[in-house]
Amino acid sequence: MKKKKWYDYLWIVSATYLILGFFNILFAWIGLLCFFIPLLLAIFGGDKLYCNRYCGRGQLFDLLGNKFHLSRKKDIPGFLRSKRFRYGFLIFFFIMFFQMLFNTYLVFQGTNSLKEAVTLLWTFRLPWNWAYHGTAAPWVAQFAFGFYSVMLTSTVLGLVTMALFKPRSWCVYCPMGTMTQTICKAKYSCMGCGRKKKYRREPLT
Amino acid sequence: MAAKRKAEVDQKSCVACGACAKACPIGAVAVWKGMWAKVDTGRCVGCGRCEKACPASVIRMKEVEA
Repeated sequence: MKKKKWYDYLWIVSATYLILGFFNILFAWIGLLCFFIPLLLAIFGGDKLYCNRYCGRGQLFDLLGNKFHLSRKKDIPGFLRSKRFRYGFLIFFFIMFFQMLFNTYLVFQGTNSLKEAVTLLWTFRLPWNWAYHGTAAPWVAQFAFGFYSVMLTSTVLGLVTMALFKPRSWCVYCPMGTMTQTICKAKYSCMGCGRKKKYRREPLT
Repeated sequence: MAAKRKAEVDQKSCVACGACAKACPIGAVAVWKGMWAKVDTGRCVGCGRCEKACPASVIRMKEVEA
């Protein structure tokens, strides 16, 4: 049995994050760490250390699916793990993310008013006014509502696929995972190019 | 000669999540440069835990001659 390290308990952070959003939506801003840390680790470290070690969400699904037996543990359908679906979902996720940023901008500009709601699965608008106490600028709160919507939606999708397939099925089509893997592959192939160029520049003997 | 089981990764379809590395009791699987999982076949004991944990189902146990 492997000895557990501090980072094996990061599922507590993920669960706490989701719970905090029910009390004060401004905590949603903390979720940006889940975007920046994996990207920075991929860009500068050239690996998926975040997915492999620190992702609290993956740990949460692992715990619920394996320890709590909430997963059927069946193989994920082929289309869900296909490159087309993974990259398609990444693009869709990007579009929805930029739409959320644009909404924030419109509130910042004063064109739109703040909507105290969380949109689940990009469709269902849930009233969430109890979690905003008017302590921040409207655009700050709008971003928090939008970002929490992204986080809650991805958690719900992850829970559904956890239950239907294997515990960490979300990892297969997680946009951050796809993005960081793409960065790592690009980084490695570029390193390969660099080596080739360097090799070519070396004088022939 | 008895056949042994060893884990084999379909690297093209691997999502490099690292679920296999966490499941492996002896640390014989690791994600290589954030691209795909690699199995140290010399150390793999063929327990099949990585196969069960892999969410993309890209790990299969393959029989090899001992």
